[in-house]
Amino acid sequence: MNVIVCIKQVPAKIKIEIDPKTGTLASGGVDRAINPPDLYALEEGLRIKEKTKGKVTVLTVGPVKADESLKEAIGYGADEAILLSDPAFEGSDTWATSHILSKAIKKLGQFDLVLCGKQSIDGETGQVGPMLAGVLGIPFVSLVNKMEELGQGSIKVMRMSDEGHQLIEMALPGVITVVKEINIPRIPSLRGLMAAKKAKIPVWNAQELGIDPATVGSAGSPTRVSKVFFPQRPGKSEMLHGSPESQVEQIMEKLRQVKAI
Amino acid sequence: MSADAIGDIWVVTEQRDGQTKAASYALLAKARKLADESQSKVAAVCLSQGVKDADQLMAFGADKVYLVDGPAADGWNDDVYAGELADLARRETPGVILATSGSLGSSVIPRVAVALGTGMAANCISLDFDPQSRMLVQTRPAFGGSLMANVIFPSKKPQVATVRPHAFKKGEANPSRQGQMIRVDLDKQSVTSKTKLLNVVKDLTERVRLDEAEIVVCGGRGLGKAENFAIVAELAEVLGAALGTSRPPVDDGWIPYSHQVGQTGSTVSPKLYIACGVAGSPQHLAGMQTSEIIVAVNEDPKAPIFEVATYGMVGDLFKIVPLLTKKLREARG
Amino acid sequence: MEGRALSLCRERRMTLEYFLSDQQKTLKGLARQMAEQRILPVRAELDEREEFPWDLIKEMASSDLLRVFIPEEYEGLGGGCFDLCLVVEELSRVCGGIAISYAANALGVLPLILYGSDAQKQKYLPPVASGSRLAAFAVTEATAGSDASAIRTSARREGSEYVLNGTKQFITNGGEAEIYTVVVMTDAAKGSRGASALVVEKGTPGFTFGKKEKKMGIRSSATRELVFKDCRVPAENLISREGMGFIVAMRTLDRSRPGVGAQALGIAQGALEAAAEYAQQRVQFGHPISAIQAVQHMLANMATELEAARALVYATARTIDAGAKNFTEESAMAKLFASDMAMRVTTDAVQILGGAGYMRDYPVEKMMRDAKITQIYEGSNQVIRNAIGLEVLKRKAKQE
Repeated sequence: MNVIVCIKQVPAKIKIEIDPKTGTLASGGVDRAINPPDLYALEEGLRIKEKTKGKVTVLTVGPVKADESLKEAIGYGADEAILLSDPAFEGSDTWATSHILSKAIKKLGQFDLVLCGKQSIDGETGQVGPMLAGVLGIPFVSLVNKMEELGQGSIKVMRMSDEGHQLIEMALPGVITVVKEINIPRIPSLRGLMAAKKAKIPVWNAQELGIDPATVGSAGSPTRVSKVFFPQRPGKSEMLHGSPESQVEQIMEKLRQVKAI
Repeated sequence: MSADAIGDIWVVTEQRDGQTKAASYALLAKARKLADESQSKVAAVCLSQGVKDADQLMAFGADKVYLVDGPAADGWNDDVYAGELADLARRETPGVILATSGSLGSSVIPRVAVALGTGMAANCISLDFDPQSRMLVQTRPAFGGSLMANVIFPSKKPQVATVRPHAFKKGEANPSRQGQMIRVDLDKQSVTSKTKLLNVVKDLTERVRLDEAEIVVCGGRGLGKAENFAIVAELAEVLGAALGTSRPPVDDGWIPYSHQVGQTGSTVSPKLYIACGVAGSPQHLAGMQTSEIIVAVNEDPKAPIFEVATYGMVGDLFKIVPLLTKKLREARG
Repeated sequence: MEGRALSLCRERRMTLEYFLSDQQKTLKGLARQMAEQRILPVRAELDEREEFPWDLIKEMASSDLLRVFIPEEYEGLGGGCFDLCLVVEELSRVCGGIAISYAANALGVLPLILYGSDAQKQKYLPPVASGSRLAAFAVTEATAGSDASAIRTSARREGSEYVLNGTKQFITNGGEAEIYTVVVMTDAAKGSRGASALVVEKGTPGFTFGKKEKKMGIRSSATRELVFKDCRVPAENLISREGMGFIVAMRTLDRSRPGVGAQALGIAQGALEAAAEYAQQRVQFGHPISAIQAVQHMLANMATELEAARALVYATARTIDAGAKNFTEESAMAKLFASDMAMRVTTDAVQILGGAGYMRDYPVEKMMRDAKITQIYEGSNQVIRNAIGLEVLKRKAKQE
């Protein structure tokens, strides 16, 4: 099976600073890493590759430095990794990102399955997976926690639902997002890591992808972030002291006051 | 309707056993307010068959109710819902489409947005109408709740957003409100699906509907061992709360992953979040720090959870939690 | 938490800069990732249950960690002494027991790497590189610990075979390994020149194992007797020539002692980190105990000694890799100093954790139990001191 895994490079730590002058994220110098939920998607892709003697291609939309995460993916065992990068892509929202990914996927040619992580730890929208399916016009299943069967033209997956679990059959090609429960990501091998260091990551820009810059990036995205700000947290914690009995009494009183109970 | 009106505001409602969920009513109330501010209309959209409280939707704020009895059967088919909703939206051209975050919100709505050539803002915690720009401002958390972002749609329509279940409150019913009930019969051929539901396993109880719960009680590594989750589960039970966990108990096999709250688990934003023996790692906080009221019990005064807690109790959870459960039970009578 | 081996190696700054090559940084990062993600969650349980870490061995094999100490020509990655030390140190930082299972495996094939024929290497090294077979090294007997020359296990040549009779004692990986490099007496009349080294495979008729020993520490490691009773071994399993047995053993141990030093470094490092972290959290008299000078001094001593031991172990490993001909003395010093240091550091770590340190719920008592063996095996520190003393005097004698 020809598998494509879409990953995102995110800050390694989620506590961020806002540059007081520009009001935007001061992301310079923050350690970057593969979005942890994407590691489960990558691991599943590698397992499918091993089971079906197939191939794993990893894609990411990002700045030039995102190639480090793609090298890391190669270190885990991916066959190929491509960076989709262009100054015009900066500021892309999830729609634009999905659009860019879809162009790359079309350029790659035949594929069976696209795997995405549940959501990114920074944007946390979880939208790229389903939007990508929509743009490509192919079926989509979210929250997959087990691959039950890998067939020729379809797969059977178990997904999490409001009531429990559902067994879904999806025709291929299709897109799925996976949850952490699906596997335990492997630790890369030394040879993989050595290969990763030497790996050359091709970069596809807007022109190569046939994307009109006006349709993506800050300029072309349907949504735009007009402002970022720190949420108002109600000041310092109020600590309730005393014996357990006293503490319990105090908290019950507080919660009654705010009508929480 | 004025030329620069925001357009019809649609609320895609969700039902369980024919009854519309509380979160949908809450969203309807907010839509009503926005519509009043912007001189537009509200439409409730029901995608499932057999909606029993359609008239209530009218009373709670809808000017129109679309009842879509399409080919979606068997209780699930996100593909079909996405197709139906997109078809309907293309015909009726709403200005805004709102839905609750959750299974539908994350699977169906993004695809509807794409089909309509527009974007989407997910998991919003507030929506505001800006009279100057006549735009809807959608506020959503990012970076695990460390940051808030305001999202706008400069030119594309409709404006699509999903909203956290507890962002808004259910409004007052106005039984005298008049409106239209519109039955929509979509051409059964127009929406086909390439996915099929083969089997349903109903193995989650009320306890785990973390997304929707008003109160979540969470256990962490401080519980020591699997058996001790019973202490937290009892508190959850007496509060009618959902039971959550941080990651370590899941990794150690004390409780299933479906209860996990955090970066690689569920994100919740209930009215009340009680953390027992939870240290408060950044990964866990990412999943719950936007909760309205956070109560933390931990024997370590330095536990990071106290940085986000509204009320903190440093002490032995094995004494405090059972006592709290007992007192609540007594108060319940 | 989720692994990023490449960025991990960039992140981890050692106290002193050792100018590791890119490859070494990658190796160290990978070993650390393996240790923190796979070993850490199970170390206490494996210690409690005295269970051999087969699952972890398989994981380490998948990550190519077992290829590090095998030459490239035999499907290995051709790492040197220093590379092995880097891996052993990282594994030991999390669990000494699992680290020794890894290190003893490397020790088991070392006689073959140093003295084996090409045919022997072709046969035995690739399966170890891939992790499908483990190895062990066997010299010690009930009557021959420090006094290795007192071994009595005999190997009588009969046609195209050697017939082995005797018992080896306290063999690490005994019973789990399939490839054993064993030192036996082929000609008792020749004394120390009458010993030979041979390879014996598990399953050979006449080769059985004694019961698994119950140990103070490194409990996940398997330690057993090897019992030979008219065990027939093909003559081609002889390593080098008859009579080379003790030379093979001595040279093997010269090369493996820095690895024991690395094990001690790792255990001490883990203990130091645990102690420092605890000191910052434990509040007494209204302050964390890290504010108390007595505690600060303890930590300072621990950290300084650890750094000094590390410098000695690393310098020795690098000297060996640079092609030094004689390094018996340095190798012994590295093992001696690091192991004594580890015992002191882990003892102090337990002391800093106080009552909690004594409890098995906390990791430091295990570290102390694990550290003790490093002062005993691969040459007890007393015999090691003898060896160093003699070398010092030899040098002095040469100068005069």
